[in-house]
Amino acid sequence: MDEKKDLDKGQCGRRDFLSRLGCAVAGGATALAAGVALAPEGQAAVAAKPNAPKIPGYDWGNHHYAFGVDATKCIGCLRCVEACKTENEVAGDAHHFRTWVERYAHVEGEDKVRIDSQADPVNIAASDSEGQYRFANRYKDVKVDKAFFVPKLCNHCTHPACVQVCPTGATYKTKDGFVVIDHTYCIGCQYCVQACPYGARFFNPVTRVTDKCTWCYHRVTKGLQPACVEVCPVGARIFGDLNDKQSSISQFVANNRVAVLKPETGNAPNVFYVGIDKDVE
Amino acid sequence: MMDPQFLSAPFTGYVYPNETVFPWGVLIVVYPYLTGLVAGAFTVSSLYQVFGLKALKPVAHFAMLTALCLMIFVPSPLLLHLGHPERALNAVFTPHWSSAMAMFGYFAGFYVILLVLENWFVFRPYMVQQAQQRKGWSGKFYNLLCLGSHDVSEKAMSYDRKWIFALAVIGIPGACGLHGYVGFLFGSLKSREWWSSDMMPIIFLFSAIISGTALVIVLYVVSCLIRKVRIAEDCIKLMAYTLWGFVMFTLVMELAEFGNLVYKGREGIDTIMEFVSTRLIIPFFVLQIGVGAVTPIITLTVLFWRRTTGRFLIVGITVSAVLVLLSVLMMRFNVVIGGEEIAKTGKGLLTFPWEILHREGVLAAASVLIAPFLLLLVMIRIFPPWEDSPAAESH
Repeated sequence: MDEKKDLDKGQCGRRDFLSRLGCAVAGGATALAAGVALAPEGQAAVAAKPNAPKIPGYDWGNHHYAFGVDATKCIGCLRCVEACKTENEVAGDAHHFRTWVERYAHVEGEDKVRIDSQADPVNIAASDSEGQYRFANRYKDVKVDKAFFVPKLCNHCTHPACVQVCPTGATYKTKDGFVVIDHTYCIGCQYCVQACPYGARFFNPVTRVTDKCTWCYHRVTKGLQPACVEVCPVGARIFGDLNDKQSSISQFVANNRVAVLKPETGNAPNVFYVGIDKDVE
Repeated sequence: MMDPQFLSAPFTGYVYPNETVFPWGVLIVVYPYLTGLVAGAFTVSSLYQVFGLKALKPVAHFAMLTALCLMIFVPSPLLLHLGHPERALNAVFTPHWSSAMAMFGYFAGFYVILLVLENWFVFRPYMVQQAQQRKGWSGKFYNLLCLGSHDVSEKAMSYDRKWIFALAVIGIPGACGLHGYVGFLFGSLKSREWWSSDMMPIIFLFSAIISGTALVIVLYVVSCLIRKVRIAEDCIKLMAYTLWGFVMFTLVMELAEFGNLVYKGREGIDTIMEFVSTRLIIPFFVLQIGVGAVTPIITLTVLFWRRTTGRFLIVGITVSAVLVLLSVLMMRFNVVIGGEEIAKTGKGLLTFPWEILHREGVLAAASVLIAPFLLLLVMIRIFPPWEDSPAAESH
């Protein structure tokens, strides 16, 4: 978690600068006038000194990370969901997830696919806990023609709608390909929650700011894999650096016909899927 | 199980797990309602100040004062909603220019200043008079409000009139901007089919004008009844004409937008149609369209057609105005809450969990909605906006 704080500090350069200046002028000038006068200077400061995170041995200019999901491998064990909750201190309930898994079941004689996630009340009842997850065996009495699992998480889009709408710039795109949130700067308006077409963001009721998957930035910059990738027993989740042509993600994208979710939004997601069906979005 | 910190929404079909907590509640319904009332009340005032519609003189200053009282409370629903209201000025000090919401502080700040200035010029002669007549602390209070400007000669008044005219002219695009912007906040989001419409800013703008006009009608009639003065029929009739025209236009826009959505029938339309044909029947078709828009149009048409005058005319117009106020409130509700009830998956529907006593509950929203009118009650005692008051005689 230390790296996470470092990232926040590193990214905060513009805002630190501005808040210091803001404090200095607050006594004398009106809030409105100060806001207008300060913004251009703040942007100039960014140009002069790029806000690279202060992480030893890590240069964010050398990386371009991406995520892969091989849905044909996922067995719906949900270890990824539990690992994520533990690693990132996500609230242990059925309404706040940085990552989740969807189950698609085509039942014989039905036109519409049946979809649920681990958060479905039936599945929560089966696990008897909002903190531990499993898929209930709810289709045991019907004939299932086709069924598969699809892990979901933040797509860390190239053109993220959430970043576009953030009124303060508290959420932003990093040079190495992550969309992250400065929890010390977010005002908690939840406009980004509305703007994300994938439902990847949520309002953290404890910190009272927006939260979402960071691809475990604090682990990745230490040379580790995201927690969900680390615990996946079947290798359904792939993470790596696209700048490294030998990395698992580069190989995954090069050797498969990959798809992204909701491409029509123009968000250009960076989670690449293999083995999903037309109903998945 | 319910956590005390949030309420989860029941759902049908498939919704993303994080969608089960609604990001925006009834406070965000009240917010565009308030800004709409401001824009509408200002429009009524401008019809007199800029376009010279003399019949509106009895309500011109009152509408201006009403707009100011409402505008002062516009930020309150947002501040109550924010997770960290103490950081609200972050959006002003370091605005993220690609965000429509970042403009709020500037729009709102600009508009409050404009309304304060215009009200100051309008009520300056009255303040000067009171400062000279009154003794004690109330005299000092009015003296302070004059800001050292005690000249009420014809030359000075002519100068004031130029300012009032200029501010009213600037205020019209300002009011349109303030509310068109609110429509853009919703219309520009591509994540929800229910919101993602180019027509949203126009619909918000025109519904703002009808709500503000309707509010001024109702408040004017109520104030005349309380003050036991005659209701100026020309004035209320002109406002009713304005209301009729704009309600008609708004209704056409709303139905055109809805028709577009249904006709295009993009992905997720099955879920939307399920929503529309079940839960939306009462709040949308019955209340917003039927009771709130079609009924006032028919009522007003009959009144105009039969050349009704007197008590029937006033009662008919007032009832129509009340219905329009209800319609616009329902429109805000159906847009904000309705949009969130349709899951982003396009495959499920959520049910809004009502909260009463929560920070973002119904009681908080109702308080925010009532507060401007309590302020108005105080303000009309300090700055009497009536035609028979000295403030009106000079303009």
